[in-house]
Amino acid sequence: MNDAAGTPVLSARGLRKEHGTGPGLVRAVDGVDLDVGAGETVAITGPSGCGKSTLLHLLGGLERPSGGEVSLNGRRVDGLSEKALARMRRSEVSYVFQSFHLMEELTAVENVELPALLAGRSPRAARRRAQELLDRLGLAGRSGFLPCALSGGQRQRVAIARTLSNEPLVVLADEPTGNLDSAATLDVLQLFEELRAAGQTLVIVTHDARIAASADRTLSMRDGALVDEPWPPGGATGHRGALAGLEG
Amino acid sequence: MGRILLVLRLAVRDLRRRRAEAALLLIAVLAATTTLTLGLVLRDAAGDPYQSTRAATVGPDVVAGSGRAAGLARLAGLATASGVTEHSGPYPVIAGKLAAPGRTSDAQIVGRDTTVAAVDQPKVTRGRWVSGGGAVLEAAFADWLDVGVGDAVTLGGRSFEVVGVAVTAAMPPYPGASCIVSAGCVHGAVPDGRDLPAGLLRNPGLVWLTQADVRSLAPAPDSLSHVLNLKLADPREAQAFVERNGGEHGGAVTMQTWQSILAEATDLAKDSQILLLIGAWLLGLLAVATLAVLVGGRMADQSRRVGLLKAVGGTPGLVAAVLLAEYLLVAVVAAAGGLTIGALSAPSLTESSAGLVGGAGTASLTWPTIAVVTAVALGVAIVVTAVPAVRAARSSTVGALADAARPPRRTGWLISLSARLPVPLLLAVRVAARRPRRVALGVAGIAVTVSGIHVLLVLDAFLGGQTGTGAYTDAQVAVLRHVLLLWTVILLCLAAVNAVVITWATVLDNRHVSALTRALGATPRDVTVALASAQVLPAFLGAVMGAVPGGWALLAAISTITGGDGDKATPPGPWQQSGLVLVTVLVVATLTAVPAHLGGRRPVTAAL
Repeated sequence: MNDAAGTPVLSARGLRKEHGTGPGLVRAVDGVDLDVGAGETVAITGPSGCGKSTLLHLLGGLERPSGGEVSLNGRRVDGLSEKALARMRRSEVSYVFQSFHLMEELTAVENVELPALLAGRSPRAARRRAQELLDRLGLAGRSGFLPCALSGGQRQRVAIARTLSNEPLVVLADEPTGNLDSAATLDVLQLFEELRAAGQTLVIVTHDARIAASADRTLSMRDGALVDEPWPPGGATGHRGALAGLEG
Repeated sequence: MGRILLVLRLAVRDLRRRRAEAALLLIAVLAATTTLTLGLVLRDAAGDPYQSTRAATVGPDVVAGSGRAAGLARLAGLATASGVTEHSGPYPVIAGKLAAPGRTSDAQIVGRDTTVAAVDQPKVTRGRWVSGGGAVLEAAFADWLDVGVGDAVTLGGRSFEVVGVAVTAAMPPYPGASCIVSAGCVHGAVPDGRDLPAGLLRNPGLVWLTQADVRSLAPAPDSLSHVLNLKLADPREAQAFVERNGGEHGGAVTMQTWQSILAEATDLAKDSQILLLIGAWLLGLLAVATLAVLVGGRMADQSRRVGLLKAVGGTPGLVAAVLLAEYLLVAVVAAAGGLTIGALSAPSLTESSAGLVGGAGTASLTWPTIAVVTAVALGVAIVVTAVPAVRAARSSTVGALADAARPPRRTGWLISLSARLPVPLLLAVRVAARRPRRVALGVAGIAVTVSGIHVLLVLDAFLGGQTGTGAYTDAQVAVLRHVLLLWTVILLCLAAVNAVVITWATVLDNRHVSALTRALGATPRDVTVALASAQVLPAFLGAVMGAVPGGWALLAAISTITGGDGDKATPPGPWQQSGLVLVTVLVVATLTAVPAHLGGRRPVTAAL
């Protein structure tokens, strides 16, 4: 699985994650090899419980693998200390979660500026960047709103803006449309397409065929392993065109 | 019946499911109930043994004494005065110096018959009653001298064998013995550099010899004083008898009622009791703070359980009963434990009653004490549980089933301010700002603790300065210091539990936020320092409040309650107060380090 479009920004070799021991051993991720090129959008699909989210956690350093390697920009990251992994998440890898995970007591702009503040940027610079991102994502008028006053789609847009706060190398998105209605899903799909067009490297775990169709490559996962590539069967790698399937 | 069983079963199961929290709950209430029990037990600590001693020794209702020959005739007249039913004496008394191996003391030596007296027949607790050449020592005096039956003591230059140790109700135990010699006595420590009048006895102990031995020790018949013990038809009329018969201070005959002897015998226990009751109320406040945090945390965790109960048909009343039952069970166990520990440890704080029959712990755990302690424990549990239990019972079933977290509080200005701080402090301020009520409880808990420590330091310095001032003897200072030590230990233990409980509640409440900030790039160290700082910042505020206004207010309250003169207390200096604040902050930082460390390193994905 080394057919990524460009130089691999993110790669995994023989990646494993096991839970339990003996007869209770569960292989959540079982020997995954993966390369993601710079600016590439990769969608990972599969049934619930097949290990997609765990794979995403391993790639971003939120969980430690039981075996195998993860490299970011050619540098091994699977053995990094917690502190080094945290630094990596500040500037190189960033997450979009299915349930947004916004802080309820912070306004939209305060949520977006948080990663920049954690990275040590000045409050003024962090606020300016957050405001720019919210403007870019069409939330200029909502920056002072608390998450509870935003729609699901708007919350996910805020979460995506927060993800981009520190201009990460790779954005890892875990079911980003899983909690959204159709209109909001279209909103988010549009946004991902814009990011893809801007050269942002994206790895998206999804059940949504429309997201999968809009990706450069789609990988299928079963029982912890990547079983089918490219997607759809017989398809080619490379840019599949924006918003494929949206019209339906 | 079935509903009660169901409620109990659910309550017990939940307590067993969260044993650590149940143990912390128990410790918090136990500390308060133990101290309250000690305070209440000490209220009667000397009173009950005194009554036992009065019964066992046919204690007098009035003790009359005279230091002059003319007074002897008056004493004889009192023996037949109206209202007197029995008497013993007059017995000769002389002032003397007692020398025992290693210790010397002034003594009042009473000459007694070898036969049993109708009134005030001291009860021999060891050895036998007086005989020629044999001395019997008052029990507390013998304890202080560290002499026992068979030892030799010297009285007026003559050696006597100690043949017995006895207790009496005719005067308070050593060192508070009444003065029955004409030379006069001074009690307490004598101020340094002050010259006492010649012949004045200093903290005299009580010794019984035969009348013949006392007379032989007297340099002249005129040097003898006399003491007469009277039994009245109505002991309650003792004071009226004294007033009627001219026993006022300074007259030829002095008289003391049994009620005044009782009051003097219980003086020290009263001081201890006041200290302990104040400590009990402080600990009660701390216990409320601890319980409020624990209950709040548990109620948040029980949201889903409440939803399930309601979904299967539980009424709001049943839900509230289940939630209340848990804490009432803990309160009942804590009350029982506090009563037991308090009653068992009370005798160690009532050493002043060594000269009386019986011990404080055997006689003074009364039904009213049991009722008060149990009511306070249950009251604390109900106060902190009732509101959240009723709120949970009234909550929407669907909302409870969804297990929605209680929304955090937004404090905009703190969030803006924190953006200018380093990352750990930024997170700490925001963690604290999410739950202002918990922060307030933390501040209050630390303020109460530091106020208590402030007062303890003042009292300890006050007691330390009593050697040489006359207010307390060394033995009394030792007892009161013992009480202060007990108070300190319990206060610090509960404060420590409080700090750990609040930190752990904060860790649990911030599981999701901590995981999210780590996912966004905060290091485990950032989160650990933030969780600890979220406790240390309020601790600093609480310590300052406790050291400056809190400590002074508490001291003023104690002075008012005890009728003491607060001006005599030496206040801690600025450096001592600064030190107290600093040490408090350091201790809180140390105590919160472990739970904060655990909270900072919880797996991110599990929480998200």
